Amino acid sequence: MKLDIDGLPVLFPYEYIYPEQYAYMCELKKGLDAKGHCLLEMPSGTGKTVTLLALIVAYMVENPLELTKLIYCSRTIPEIEKVIEELRKLFDYYESVGKKLDFLGLVLSSRKNLCIHPQVSKEREGKIVDGRCQSLTASYVRERAAANRDVPVCSYYENFDAKGREAALPRGVFSLDDLKEYGKRHTYCPYFYARHAVGFAQIVVYSYHYLLDPKIAEVVSKEMAKSSAVIFDEAHNIDNVCIDSMSVKLTRKIIDKSTANIQVLENTIAKSKEQNANKLKDEYYKLVQGLRDAHKARETDVVLSNPVLPDQILKEVVPGNIRTADHFVGFLRRFLEYIKTRLRSQHVVHESPAAFLKDIASKVCIERKPLRFCAERLASLLRTLEIADQTDFSPLILITHLATLVSTYTKGFTIIIEPFEDNKPTVPNPILHFSCLDASIAVKPIFDRFQTVVITSGTLSPLDMFPKILNFQPAVCQSFTMTLARPCLLPMIVAKGSDQVAMTSRFESREDVAVVRNYGQLLVEICTVVPDGVVCFFTSYMYLESVVASWYDQGVIDNLQRKKLLFIETQDAAETSLALFNYIKACESGRGAVLLSVARGKVSEGVDFDHHLGRAVLMFGIPYVYTQSRILRARLDYLRDQFQIREADFLTFDAMRHAAQCVGRAIRGKTDYGIMVFADKRFGRIDKRSKLPKWIQEHLSDYLCNLSTEEAIQITKKWLRQMAQPFSREDQLGTSLLTLEQLEAKKDLFETMAQQK
Amino acid sequence: MTSKSEDVLLQVSQVRYKKGDGTLYLMSERLAWILDHKDTVCVSHRYADIKLQKISPEGKPKIQLQVVLHDNTTSTFQFVNRQGAQAAIKERDKVKDLLVSLLPKFKTKVNKELEEKNRLLSENPSLLQLYRDLVMTEVVTSEEFWASHASAYLNKNSHTKQPVGVSGAFLADIKPQTDGCNGLKYNLTTDVMEAIFRTYPAVRQKHREAVPNKYTEAEFWTKFFQSHYFHRDRINAGTKDLFTDCAKIDDQVLSKEMTDGVSDPLVDISSFEDTTLAEGYGTSTENSKGPGQNIVHQSMIKRFNQHSIMVLKACQNSTANTDGTTPQVNGTGDSSHRETQMNHKSRKRRIRDKITFEDLESTETAAPPVKLNLSNVERYLQGPASSDDATVQPVTESDLPLLAQALVRLKDEVANYPLHSPNHNLVAPTVAVNVLGELTPGGALMRAHHDDSFSELVQEPLAKEVRAIYASTCELLRHFWACFPPTTQELQAKAEHAYNALRRLHNARIKPFESRVMVDFSPISQQLTAHLNLCLNTAYNKYEVWQSRRKQLPPLPGNR
Repeated sequence: MKLDIDGLPVLFPYEYIYPEQYAYMCELKKGLDAKGHCLLEMPSGTGKTVTLLALIVAYMVENPLELTKLIYCSRTIPEIEKVIEELRKLFDYYESVGKKLDFLGLVLSSRKNLCIHPQVSKEREGKIVDGRCQSLTASYVRERAAANRDVPVCSYYENFDAKGREAALPRGVFSLDDLKEYGKRHTYCPYFYARHAVGFAQIVVYSYHYLLDPKIAEVVSKEMAKSSAVIFDEAHNIDNVCIDSMSVKLTRKIIDKSTANIQVLENTIAKSKEQNANKLKDEYYKLVQGLRDAHKARETDVVLSNPVLPDQILKEVVPGNIRTADHFVGFLRRFLEYIKTRLRSQHVVHESPAAFLKDIASKVCIERKPLRFCAERLASLLRTLEIADQTDFSPLILITHLATLVSTYTKGFTIIIEPFEDNKPTVPNPILHFSCLDASIAVKPIFDRFQTVVITSGTLSPLDMFPKILNFQPAVCQSFTMTLARPCLLPMIVAKGSDQVAMTSRFESREDVAVVRNYGQLLVEICTVVPDGVVCFFTSYMYLESVVASWYDQGVIDNLQRKKLLFIETQDAAETSLALFNYIKACESGRGAVLLSVARGKVSEGVDFDHHLGRAVLMFGIPYVYTQSRILRARLDYLRDQFQIREADFLTFDAMRHAAQCVGRAIRGKTDYGIMVFADKRFGRIDKRSKLPKWIQEHLSDYLCNLSTEEAIQITKKWLRQMAQPFSREDQLGTSLLTLEQLEAKKDLFETMAQQK
Repeated sequence: MTSKSEDVLLQVSQVRYKKGDGTLYLMSERLAWILDHKDTVCVSHRYADIKLQKISPEGKPKIQLQVVLHDNTTSTFQFVNRQGAQAAIKERDKVKDLLVSLLPKFKTKVNKELEEKNRLLSENPSLLQLYRDLVMTEVVTSEEFWASHASAYLNKNSHTKQPVGVSGAFLADIKPQTDGCNGLKYNLTTDVMEAIFRTYPAVRQKHREAVPNKYTEAEFWTKFFQSHYFHRDRINAGTKDLFTDCAKIDDQVLSKEMTDGVSDPLVDISSFEDTTLAEGYGTSTENSKGPGQNIVHQSMIKRFNQHSIMVLKACQNSTANTDGTTPQVNGTGDSSHRETQMNHKSRKRRIRDKITFEDLESTETAAPPVKLNLSNVERYLQGPASSDDATVQPVTESDLPLLAQALVRLKDEVANYPLHSPNHNLVAPTVAVNVLGELTPGGALMRAHHDDSFSELVQEPLAKEVRAIYASTCELLRHFWACFPPTTQELQAKAEHAYNALRRLHNARIKPFESRVMVDFSPISQQLTAHLNLCLNTAYNKYEVWQSRRKQLPPLPGNR
């Protein structure tokens, strides 16, 4: 259908539209017009992606100068593939109405997902694929190959390098498989081709890290115009991604490996001195000129770039004391020894980067300035020494990144040295955390660099939190609810079991037999009345394990198995995948199954349980983060000091977004229906309830907030009967589903609504 | 008897059978005994026919081995090695051990047919009745019955039978009860045993090997319940017992599936992440795996998953073919390229399915696509090759309007084809009413109808018998009429055969029945079998006419 959004003609690839999709487009349009950032919450399963794509593509068609590029970031590979398929659908629709889009949309992923080299692509581990690719495509390997035919190179890359740069990809949409096929047909390397094409493609879909992690962003997303729109989809965890990308963690193992790395470096330097002293001398002179010019960075040579942000990039000359290879290795050795001594500490150490720098200067005479160049200097040395597979050196690279980070950022970071794990004080296992506390550090350059950044997800509530922790001013900040023709979601807070014992995962009572039994009983009852799939989320893996063990003793598991097949998430990804696969099979075959899973786990973040795969979702307890963690405490302190966010507020916010994320897995669309059981007394409190997304809160009436198991079952039964009635499009039309005419008619209503806001 | 050459697995001379000395051969498919200095095989038992073997207890003077066949006949072999009893025992044990390993392999095949037939008869009462009437009265032979009369049942049996599923909690349902003196009693039913076998094929294998040669049925299950395999979550010690390798096999199967990965991109968690960062970045602590966690709990969780997966597998094995999601086989060539292609397609389809919003799409729904199952792609792609291309005239400009017209006409025709229109009339209403009228009592076609209906006069058991007789007669008549016109010699033979069978049935079944009815229910005796006799007489007449004509005509040429 052809829509008119505030004067902008938008082609929407469906015959009908949800009212909230229309409202979403209106808000998004405002944000694009204002060239500002947006924060938009819309329930999962209301077609967010297609809405975003339809509007922004239309905007790009109409205003080719204002908006030149769309960068769509999502979290997981399946999400990315879904986006690209939606995009393909949109392109097809444009073509079917006779307006072929002259855009190139493509996806970029790691080598693991794009490699077509017959041997290398067989590898499963991403790191190994990267390493083997490097050993075939690094510039000096290719130089050597030019001289000597026996040196193996990758024919796909060679061909791409020879011809591919000039040949432009045809217009259209390229998914991972399309890229691979294209690569095979033309013998181009799909990975480098995609990286090359990212520069001029109008629509790019990739993972968060390609933009947020400075180490990768510098390599991949360097030349992107300001007139781009960046979308972070499923962004409810974006702060954690930011923090992760800037944090470093050192263990004993890494230190030991780095020592070995240094030894290798030393030997290689000695050998290379005997054979070809000039090479090292060359490098020295180049470094005198300035680090940046030392190597015209070839795309194939860089694995990880400097971990600091683009505006911090060093323009200066490399300091003299680390310019020669020998000196630099000695320097690294000293730094490593210093860290080793720090790790020997018997008590927990909290330190700011400044204190760390001062200490290191006084103890081993390492200045701040050479430290900052560590990462670049090592990269340069590795290139000079022609070490192809840099993955072997990853521990040492990590050390140099720490050096660069610690000397660059003095604010928003902390250093924590833990000599042992909390629960095992007798086993020494020293870890040095260099932890980022401020999510805004990593995301700030994105906000500065691009005119529009859209942060969107199904669960962003409360909306005022994200502008604070990411430190930006959204031009549009809106939460949409879901218009429904029937109450297709049933949130319930079950506060007590049938024996009136309060249900809670509070630390003091979580091991209580009565609580565990009540949880079990609730699940068994739910499994008895709810058809098909039931998914449960526990607060942590440890809790899941202990509950399952006591359920086994109490016979709950037997009762469960009588009703449905039982599957449990484990910490092993492959095992969990298999369990999930069979869970789906069991649901599809009509047997019904129950899946026990963990909030914050991979299942809760990336797998959808739409329709019969998840008729009921249970959240056992409030998924608070492990509050005793020192890193978290440091972050909470920082948030309080810098952003005036109270500790409890942040913890609740964090817990509730994960809870909402978990239960939101069940509803994927308006024809879908699902029960959401929050099994913890504390969910009923107003500070928790109010932090749930609006679209869940709306259906969580007061009478659903303090139920016992039996009451919940009664309500469930009644509700399921209601849901089982036939539901057709006619029931939806007009309320939750609009035709173009209906939309036109309601337009005035929308406008007045918008004005009231 | 051993027309094919078979491998001789073991050869033992000096074996006495029915007082004759000879040599015992264990071949790949049968056991044979040949009298010394003779070429012919005196005793030959297929392994599949052997029910069990018995050996003489130790200490008995005669060292014997007895095989019992399914029809309960036995053959006893006595080992008379000249070197003494020890050597004989040794030889006997050799034979015994080999048989132990061989028999289970054939056991599965054992009388499968017979069982199958038995099952069929018990499941289909009407077939059983037919069997009684035709075979037991020796109207037709058993082989003939199964070959011609019950073939429909034999073929379709795989579809009619719906297997019973496996409950997820069958292990939990075996509630152990204390018997009061430090023991546990498990209640096992055949259902549970079947469930265990289906879910854990490794146990079935063990059962086949061990029972009844090593253990009795009861001993086997006792061992099972005592085993580490059954209590895997509790006892973690590496105890060695009968089922240790079962667990190993299960684990291997599971880990193989794990390394193979899952085909569904949406649940393959291990490939969700798109970063290839080395360890050491980030704040997450998830890499620090488990010394803190409870290994017992973990193995228990693993066991639950495994159990559910295996239960699911047990239920799906039989239905795998009807599963709609399995990719259709296209062509016989199987290259990895095609496989990856298929893989891509199914991935794409899966993702497409996920992103479509049914309620937003327009209402026009296409009919469900018909699956095309090609076994030979080339033929499909190229089409039938015309013998000479010259006959096909190239389409010229002037033909185009004609073609278009033809197309329109064709479309019209198709649209108006009666079966396609939504409310097609196969019979005109007036005709239908007329026919109905004629078929009601008093109508032109129902003259012979008597108002006093049989149902009042004939009691239930008699009616049943009549029905049975009708069924068997009709069955034979069907075969009889199917032979006409008898154009080949085979058909002729068959017609004769059917005729004879009819005659036999008439004598064996119908005549006695008629005379009995005459005695018991005299008023209706004639009417009751009138139609039956009519049918039979028509058939006889036909046969006679055919026979007399056949005598005049020269015999048909043989079937080439």
